[in-house]
Formats: sequence, C-alpha cells, structure tokens
Amino acid sequence: MSILRRRKASETEKASKEDTHKETKYKGVEDEKKDKISKRKVEEKKKKWSCIDSCCWLIGCICSIGWFLLFLYNAMPASFPQYVTEAINGPLPDPPGVKLQKEGLTVKHPVVFVPGIVTGGLELWEGHQCADGLFRKRLWGGTFGEVYKRPLCWVEHMSLDNETGLDPSGIRVRPVPGLVAADYFAPGYFVWAVLIANLARIGYEEKTMYMAAYDWRLSFQNTEVRDHTLSRIKSNIELMVATNGGRKVVVIPHSMGVLYFLHFMKWVEAPAPMGGGGGSDWCAKHIKAVMNIGGPFLGVPKAVSGLFSAEAKDIAVARAIAPVFLDKDVFGLQALQHFMQMTRTWDSTMSMIPKGGDTIWGNMDWSPEEGYACNPQRQRNNETQVAGQSGTEGLSYPKRVNYGRIISFGKEVAEEHSSKIERMDFWDAVKGNNLGNTTCRDVWTEYHDMGWGGIKAVGDYKAYTAGSILDLLHFVAPKMMKRGDAHFSYGIAENLDDPKYNHYKYWSNPLETKLPNAPDMEIYSMYGVGIPTERAYIYKLTPAAECYIPFQIDTSAEGENEGSRLKGGVFSVDGDETVPVLSAGFMCAKAWRGKSRFNPSGIRTFIREYDHAPPVNLLEGRGTQSGAHVDIMGNFALIEDIIRVAAGATGEELGGDRVYSDIFKWSDSINLQL
Amino acid sequence: MASILRCRKLRYVEPVKCSTLGLESLETLKSSDKAEGGASAVVVNTINRSLPGKRRRRPTNDWRYIDWYCWMVGYLCTTWWLLLLLSHFLSGFQAPESPGSKLKREGLKALHPVVLVPGIVIGGLELWEGRPCADGLFRKRLWSSSFTENFRRPLCWLEHLSLDSVTGLDPPGIRVRPVTGLAAADYFAPGYFLWTTLIENLAKVGYEGKNLHMATYDWRLSFQNTEVRDQSLSRLKSKIELMFVINGYRKVVVVPHSMGSLYFLHFLKWVEAPAPMGGGGGPGWCAKHIKAIMNIGPLFLGVPKAVSNILSSEAKDIAFARTMAPVVLDSNFPGLQTLEHIMQVSRTWDSMMSLIPKGGETIWGDLDWSPEEEYNCDSEWKKNLKASSRDQSHKTNISDGQLGFRVKESVKFGRIISFGKMASKLPSSELRTFDFKDLSCGGASTKSNSSCGEVWTEYDELSRESIKEVAENKVYTATTILDLLYFVAPKMMRRANAHFSHGVAENLDDPKYSHYKYWSNPLETKLPDAPAMEIYCLYGVGIPTERSYVYKLLPSDQCRHIPFRIDSSTGGNNGRCLRSGIYFVDGDESVPVLSAGFMCAKGWQGRNRFNPFGISTYIREYRNKPPTILFEGRGLESSSHVDIMGNVALIEDIMRVAAGANGVELGGNRIFSDIIKMSERINLRL
Repeated sequence: MSILRRRKASETEKASKEDTHKETKYKGVEDEKKDKISKRKVEEKKKKWSCIDSCCWLIGCICSIGWFLLFLYNAMPASFPQYVTEAINGPLPDPPGVKLQKEGLTVKHPVVFVPGIVTGGLELWEGHQCADGLFRKRLWGGTFGEVYKRPLCWVEHMSLDNETGLDPSGIRVRPVPGLVAADYFAPGYFVWAVLIANLARIGYEEKTMYMAAYDWRLSFQNTEVRDHTLSRIKSNIELMVATNGGRKVVVIPHSMGVLYFLHFMKWVEAPAPMGGGGGSDWCAKHIKAVMNIGGPFLGVPKAVSGLFSAEAKDIAVARAIAPVFLDKDVFGLQALQHFMQMTRTWDSTMSMIPKGGDTIWGNMDWSPEEGYACNPQRQRNNETQVAGQSGTEGLSYPKRVNYGRIISFGKEVAEEHSSKIERMDFWDAVKGNNLGNTTCRDVWTEYHDMGWGGIKAVGDYKAYTAGSILDLLHFVAPKMMKRGDAHFSYGIAENLDDPKYNHYKYWSNPLETKLPNAPDMEIYSMYGVGIPTERAYIYKLTPAAECYIPFQIDTSAEGENEGSRLKGGVFSVDGDETVPVLSAGFMCAKAWRGKSRFNPSGIRTFIREYDHAPPVNLLEGRGTQSGAHVDIMGNFALIEDIIRVAAGATGEELGGDRVYSDIFKWSDSINLQL
Repeated sequence: MASILRCRKLRYVEPVKCSTLGLESLETLKSSDKAEGGASAVVVNTINRSLPGKRRRRPTNDWRYIDWYCWMVGYLCTTWWLLLLLSHFLSGFQAPESPGSKLKREGLKALHPVVLVPGIVIGGLELWEGRPCADGLFRKRLWSSSFTENFRRPLCWLEHLSLDSVTGLDPPGIRVRPVTGLAAADYFAPGYFLWTTLIENLAKVGYEGKNLHMATYDWRLSFQNTEVRDQSLSRLKSKIELMFVINGYRKVVVVPHSMGSLYFLHFLKWVEAPAPMGGGGGPGWCAKHIKAIMNIGPLFLGVPKAVSNILSSEAKDIAFARTMAPVVLDSNFPGLQTLEHIMQVSRTWDSMMSLIPKGGETIWGDLDWSPEEEYNCDSEWKKNLKASSRDQSHKTNISDGQLGFRVKESVKFGRIISFGKMASKLPSSELRTFDFKDLSCGGASTKSNSSCGEVWTEYDELSRESIKEVAENKVYTATTILDLLYFVAPKMMRRANAHFSHGVAENLDDPKYSHYKYWSNPLETKLPDAPAMEIYCLYGVGIPTERSYVYKLLPSDQCRHIPFRIDSSTGGNNGRCLRSGIYFVDGDESVPVLSAGFMCAKGWQGRNRFNPFGISTYIREYRNKPPTILFEGRGLESSSHVDIMGNVALIEDIMRVAAGANGVELGGNRIFSDIIKMSERINLRL
C-alpha cells in the first residue's frame, strides 16, 4: 500500500507542477486577493485529489462493476437462458436429434456439408503491411472486427485479381477448414451448428461429418486450380466411405453449395486433366443422396441487382430510411462503390445469375408465376381470421405483374403492356470517357468507363428479361463478364451430347448438364416457402453524379394497396427470402422428374417444402420453424428429414414430396424440352 | 441515488477544471458549484473541499473505503494499460527478423508438403456427447484453450476426460474427440504458443492449407486405438497421399513433437503392414511418400517422468509445489483429493504408458552403472558461479573442493526409483533383492474404501503390508520398474501390455514383432525400406531434466490413497544433481538427452538391424538461452521441451528441409551434449 501511495504522489506531483505553472499566470491577474496563498494551497490540494484521482476513481468504478457483472454472468448456470425461455413459452419440444435418438436411430451414412456463399469463413495467410498481426485471423465471418478498424485494408484483402479472378499478388486469403468454417457465421448466428449438434445426438462426430469448405469467392473450377479443393473433397469422401464400411455419403449442400456440388459431380467423373478422373460410376459408388437446402439451381434475381448496383432489398430499404449515409460521400467512405468493386472481383457471384433465360423466367409479357397471389401470409390468415379481407385481396388479382421483366426502368414500364414500350437498343451507344474519373478518389467501378451516354442508353432500353439481362451485364461490366463467361454459362442446352458440354463452364448449370449415371442416388430439394422473395426490380437513373453508381432501385415505387407485390421498388414472389420457389424447386419438380434428357439414369427426386412460421417471440431466437434462406438450417422438420436420411431412410420413407407452393403448376407452364 | 449521481458528475467535471486553464472558467465553475451547493449533502462536501480554511479535516472523510478501492483499481488498470501500450510499441521496435522472412528473402519457397504431429497433452479435445453435468459444452474444448469451464465443475470435467479403465476407450455416454485442423494445437492456452510460430514462419514462404496439415489424434488413447475408434491413422495416410498428389508428387516432411514421434513411428509400421491390422500401404509406401521425419524433442526411449507420474502422479513441478505449500496438496481438503483424482484420470490414459522408459537396464543403466555416469551436474552451476560471484572467490574455492570430492562418488542414475536417499547411494551388494511373485495381492485393505469418498485408485486394493514390502529400502531400475508398476497398477498395466512393449528385441525377424504393440518401440522394430528418407532428432540441451527419484513411504493413513511420494526433503546440501528428491541430468526439461538422441546417435546410425536399409540420421541440438528481457516472451532461443517450438534456429532448420535441403546441406550433426560418449557406453547389439 505504501508503495502505491508513493507512486500516486509522484504522479500527482507532475500534475501539480503543471498546475503551478498555470497558477503563475493566474497570480499575475489576481494579486489583489488577500487570502490567495492559502486558497491556492487548498486548491492545489484539491486538484491533486480531483484531477487524476477522479479519473482513476471512475475507471476503477467501471472496471469493478464490469468485473462484477462478468462474474455474475460466469457464475450463471449455462442452462439459465433455457429456463427463462421455458418459463415464458412453456416447455420446448425435444430437438429432433433427441427425439430420433429415442426412436433408436443411429449413425449410418457419413454426411458431407457444402456451405454456400458468404457463410464460410475466410482467413488471412499472407497480406500486405496494413494487415500485420492478422495472420490466420478471420477476415470473413466471426466478429468482422477488422472491417471497422481498417475498412480499406479489408476491402483490399478481400478482393481478388480483376483479370484472373485469383489472388492478387502478395495476398493469400484462404478458406477456414473443418466444421468451424461455417458452423457459426458470426458469434451467436448459427448456420450449420444446429444441424451438427442434432446429428451428434445420434452418434455423428468428426470422422463421419465433413465440412467441404471452399473459397466461395472463386469460380468453382478455380477452387481446384488454386487450392485443390475439389480433389480434397473427393479424397475425403472416398476416405469416409472406406472407413465407414463402404456406406455411401449423404451430401447436404446449402445455397450456392448446391451449384458447387453440381459442379463437383461432373468434375469428379470427368477425365483427369480437367476433371477428377474418378470414372463414370464414382457418384453411384460414393453418394447415397444429395439433400439440397435452398438451392438456387436456376440462379436468383437478387444476384442481378447485386451485380448491377450492389444493392438488394435490404440495402434499398436502408437507403430509403437513411439516404444520407449510403448515398452521400460520408467521410470519404464510398461504401457501396467499394463494396461493388470488391464483389465484382468475385467470380462466384456470377454463378447465380438467372439461368435458362426467357424460357424459365418469363418474357416481356409472360412469367411462370403469373397470377400469384402475393401475400401468402395474409392469405393463410384469412382462412382462420376475418373472411372479409378476401374481398380486398380479390381486387389485386386482375392486375397482372410482369415478373418476366427482371429489371424495368420506371414503374410505368413495369406495368405497361410490351407493345406500348419503346425500347432503344443500347449496344450502339457510345461509351463516352468520363471526365469525372479523377475526382472520384481511387474507387474504380466499371461504370466510370461507361460514360453518361452509355448509362442513358441502358435506361432507354426500359425493360430487361432474364435473357437480355445478360446483354445488359455484358454492357455495363465487360471485364467481369469476360471472366464470368470463362467459368459459367446461363443457357439451355439444345443437344446435351454436343462435345462442347464437356467443358467445365457448363458443369454448374443444371440445364446444360446431365446428371451422373447413378440410378440409386436420390436428389432432394428442400427449401422454405411463405416469405416474399425478390423477383423483379424497378430501377431509376440517379441524377448525373459522376461518383456514384448511376442506377438505383426506385424505392419510391410502391404498389397501390397494402397486399401488393410491389414494395420499395421490388416485386416479390413466394420463396425463402432469397431464392424464389421457381429456382429452388423447378429442377426437382419437372426437369429431373422421371427419366429426362437432363436425368438419363432416372435418379429419383423429391421436393420437401417448409412453410415459414416466424418465431413467436424474441426469446426463441431465429425460430424452429423458420423457412428463411439461412434460418431454415434451424428448422426442426428439415433437420429431422436430414437425420432420417442420414440414418438410412429413403425418400419414400420420408413421405415423398411435401409441397405447399404452386411449384408444380408453375413448372407445368414452363415450356422446356425434356 | 440522485446525490450519488451528482457526486459522480462533479468528479467527472473536475478534470475539466484542471485542463481549462483560464481564470474565468475556473471561477464560473466554482460559482456554479456554489449555486448548486444546497442541493445535497455530498455536493456540500465537495464544495467544502474547494473552499479555503473552513473545514480542513473533512476531505479525509470523503474518501471512504469504496472510493479508495475504486481509485486503486482504476489506478492499477491505467498503469497496466499504459505498460501494455508501451510494451506493444517496444516489441514493435525490437522484434528481430523472423526466420520466415529471412529465408523468404533468400528465395526459399514452399516445396514439400509439411505434416505436423502434436505430442501428448498439447492437442485440444472437445466434447461431442456428455453427461447432463456438461450441458452446453457441446463442441467446446475440454482440454486446452482457456479451461475456464473446467474450474467451474472440476469433477464433471475429470469424469469426461477419463477413459474406460478396462477397454481404454470411451466410457458409455461420453464422447470426447480431438479438435481437428491447425487450430487443434497452435495455442495450448491463450497466449501460450505451441505450433503457431512455426506455422507463421512456414506461411511466409508460401505454406497454406493445401500443403500444411496437422495430424491430430486423441492423445489419451493408445496408438492403435486411435485407429480403432477414430480412424486417425487412416485419415493421416489418406491426407499424406492426397498432399503428395496435389503438390505435384512431392514427398512430405513430417514434423512430430514429443510423443508425436512415437505416434509417427507407430504410423510408419502401421501403414506398411497388411490390411486387417495395418494400413495396407505396401512395403514401398514410406519410401514413396516421406522425405524426412524431423522429430522435435523426441522421446524414443521414454521418459523417467512418466514413471513418477504413474506411481504417484507427481513430477518435479508438483514436488516443488508440495515443499512450498504443503497444506494445499496434502491435507484432505473437504472433498478435494486433487492428486488422487488426477491419478485416477491419468491412469485411464493408455498413452501415458508409451512413455515408460524402454530398453530396460541395457539402456537406462542397472543398479551400479548408467550411461550418464560421468555427467557433471555442476557444470552449469559452476559457470553461473564464475560469472556472478568473482568477489566471493573463497566460496568458489570451497565449492570446487567439494566438487572434486563428489565426482568420485558417481550418481547412480540407473536406479530410477529408490526408497530413501540412502538406498539411492548404497552399493548394490547391500541391497536386498526382491521377488514380486512372493507377494499376494490380496484386497485386504478395501475396508477403508467407504470412508474415504468415492475416489478410487488401485492402491486401495493393495494391502498395507505388501506396500511396505515393496517400499522398504528398495531400488528399482528401468527393468524392475515395470514389475513395480505391475504390482501397484495391475489393471492399467494389463491394458498397457496389449498396446505397448518396453523391451529390446533379440531377433527382429521373429514373427511376433509384427504385432502392433511393438510398433512404437524403436528397439523392437525395423525402420521401413526407404533409403532416401532422413530422420532428424532435434532437441534442446542445457536444462536439468528429471532422471531418477528418491521416494518415501507415507505413514499409514486410511484416506491417503497414494502411499508413495517423492521425498522432497532430500538433496540440496552438496549434490546439485539431487534436488528435492530428484536426480537431474542434461536434457530439455522433460526428456533426457539419452532418450532423445540415442536412436539417432547410435541405435539407427548407419546400417544395422534396427535400420536395415541405412536411412540417414542427423542430430541437431539446441542450447538453451533463457529470454533476456521480459518482452521477448518465452524466448527465441529457448530449448525447453515446449518452448523449443519458438526457437529460431530450429525453425530455420525445419524450413530449409521443407524447402528441399537435406541433412548434409544443413550442416550434418550439431552436438553440444555428451550424447555420443553416452551412447558408446551403452552395450546394445546392433
């Protein structure tokens, strides 16, 4: 204690020295005061105590309170939150793992998880100066702490090379391996964790579970070129089959992982230089079932808006609420531009551009979802609640929505009949050099090269369907699409036996590949329904501002009545918030059903839909019956299905198809040669 | 409440006063204070302090204990932060160039894939299925990382870490599995690095996930059981094959540490053995896939520490702790029988038995002889004395005299355990011989069981008389120690016998040696047919290392389950070799030089029956140099068993080999200790 006091004294001495220095000035001004000496003394003393001490006191106080709370938190039994939840909500149902364990299910087939885009973690292996000390720390996933600390550095490290789509020189960012790669995206935000925990209940562990983590920024073939990820997945699946007594694996891809695994199935059977050289019966020998969760087989319209203007519904809404923050050049941060620059270097985003063109997604006047009653939530409520509302619902029917026009400029264009729209071809438009280039700091997006003339031409074309959207993207982002064209294709094959389809760029497009020859395999399409999902957008040109992305979702475009499909410039259809039902279900509902040219060996397909029910209250977290794209991973019904299949059940034993949406009706209206 | 708030607010305002220098602000603030003065008592007090001459004594009352406490905490915190900040900057300035960036400048690039094999206790373990008491710990680490959960429920924790005492596998209802990937053993606890430094340096020259692999396994299991339960060996095989292929058919460099070297020895035999028991890789597998094995701190011949661990679950550290604070460990704290619990848990771990000294008296010495016999325990100390106390020359003289006297009386390291200090020094002729067969292992004393809590150790089943018989003035060598262990822990040794062997092979072609229990004993296996392969022994020297123990028998006490204990009162007077009941030799703090170096120095040297295809071996020793300043952390030139992983010279050697160099290019052997002399003294038929 005495030491402490002495230390304190020396510290305060310093302070008082300063004070006396100031005091001299003070004296000069105020020498009339008679009791100044004593006063000063006391004042000094007071200051000695007050200045630094009170700081210390405050810090100490805060620290102690913090420690105390931490202690309380740590002393709290781990199951405490559960008690609270149960007290309020009543007892929770058994998690599916426990339930099925009681039924006597045990581990049988090894499972392979294939995570989707953005949910997998990425870590730094080599970086520039600014990323010192981040070696093997997560750049993506986890707390994202670095994004706030050094945003520009982060963007630099997360970007890929603009030409090759591989690492920029001197930077190596690699996927996190193992189950930790994607069990939680951020602390507390589960992705695979719930499924893993439930599988563990019936006996799964690391030797029977494998997370096929890959760098989701790269194009699929490039993951093999750079990291040999496909080879690793192949070797791991072979190992798991061998060590588990020859039992085939159950593969569970999620989101973009679905396309990745489609690519893998073609790759593994293709001959060696381009493929994995596994031979034509590899899939039949090693895979029991592919259980796709929320698979964007035919792409998602969201990807278009993401590439086109780096915004999706969420960002558009945020912009409507706080226009200043995102639009204006706050603190020199051009958030969206930076973000766009970064995402455009990621080849994988191009794998999700809508595939199949007008045949699948509809043309100017027709779309498969035609006549879709928009708000399913409301509709369902009607059945139980007031019947009177159905009247107003009926009103919105006659007005058809042209979902086929994925991007239209202006609300009128979106609703007008096609014959009334005058469209100007934009290909001839001259891309003027933009003078504003230099004033826009160093953020570079390809829009700068386009010039005002080009931008205007794009706007004049008025409406874009799934087919012409590709032309649009080629026009506005030629560099990106050049890379994209080398790795992905978005068409429909005329003749699947054409040797050109041996190229890897077709492998992730289900409409241009045949499924492998594995008649015992099963393909499941499991996805959520009952949530409005982005399907088409209304855009507007932003006023001539050289530094911004020239296109924006027109958030002011609203539907007339409340139940409208148009909200904040976005037309919605049924889906899981990200993937429309059409994209997730069509392949299993029609194109692969029975024996078709896409499925020559007659692999059985099953559709399992999960109706969305939002969590009852906050305590339930993200809900056990959610149908949202990521939250569905915590859906008990889905987990139960997966566990049953992993424990040996077939699709028929699960109950075959389970459909809530109009997917079969829509599929029928699509005129695709099978 | 309001007054407190006000008070705090005022204090908060005051610093502003200090910083605003002008008179006006000072005056206005003061007057505002005055104006508010009537509001509450506390405010009055603070103002009283600011007014002159009225009540000088009041201020002291203001600072009550809580204030004092808060002030102190705040003060400490602030200084701590300042120091942290300072050290942060300083370390930034002082950090010498890491071997990784140095070699990168030299132009080294990642060439051969690298496989890291961690040792005992340093790999992480996580929970996959547990009892209700471990709720919420699913996939949390039970072992390594922060251990915080474990302090909250120690018994639950111990229960989950134990294995089944009969099978050596999982107890029913509990599944604890190794953490996979590099994260498994890069840090043991936050801030306590293991492999991190090496990984970081390897990454500098281009290593990453595709050519760097951590072969994790459950280090509690016997080696063959890791394959039975987790298929760890198969996974390692497939991983090596994969890395070999995707890296352009380049062989791998394996870097095992500590017990990992035994594990990998087992793997070498397993992978070439035919399928049901082995991996079925065929006889050319190692030659095809492995370039070099760089054992860090290997314990090919076991460590004496393992014996004391099994016998009384104490090692040097615990013996020291006991002398310091006898109360904590000795007295039977309510319900806490720390050592007994630890013993019960660690005895279920089969892997502990792989560490028992191998080779018996041939290697470790008999009652009168030991290979280290001429080791001068005082060399280190003498150096210190010369350096530090020149002025006290008379003292040095005295100690020199003592030294000369003592060297004649050589320490009998061969007696790994002796009961009583006298027994450790007596000539062998005066020692009684003793046959375990005479003893009846009756469960005579089981009656005490019920009163002593539910901690069960096998000692409870031994009768007091037999324990006495075992202990009285007996000494045990590396061979007879096995009998002793058999006697005190029959169950454990029965399991161990199925998985490990500790002898020396007479005839290596005997078909019995194709059983897996011999695979981790280098004295009972042949190295594979891979003449191009290289084996390195990289280990630290210059740190006193436990070699043999002086035990004592504890007085009969019903609840004291461990009847033996290291006699920490012995030693210290003149023999520096003997401290707190332990004789020390040269080594890396855990592994004596003999165990780490003998195989490379002699057992496998050239072409002999253990190494029929002439795999070249190299010894690289690293002398200990403790960190000079605090900021250096655990030292860049440390050579202790674990810290050596941060040794720059070692890292450089590994990186050079990984980048394609061979042993000769590294500079061949690099020896500081007497390992060659010691090895020569060992009479082993080659």
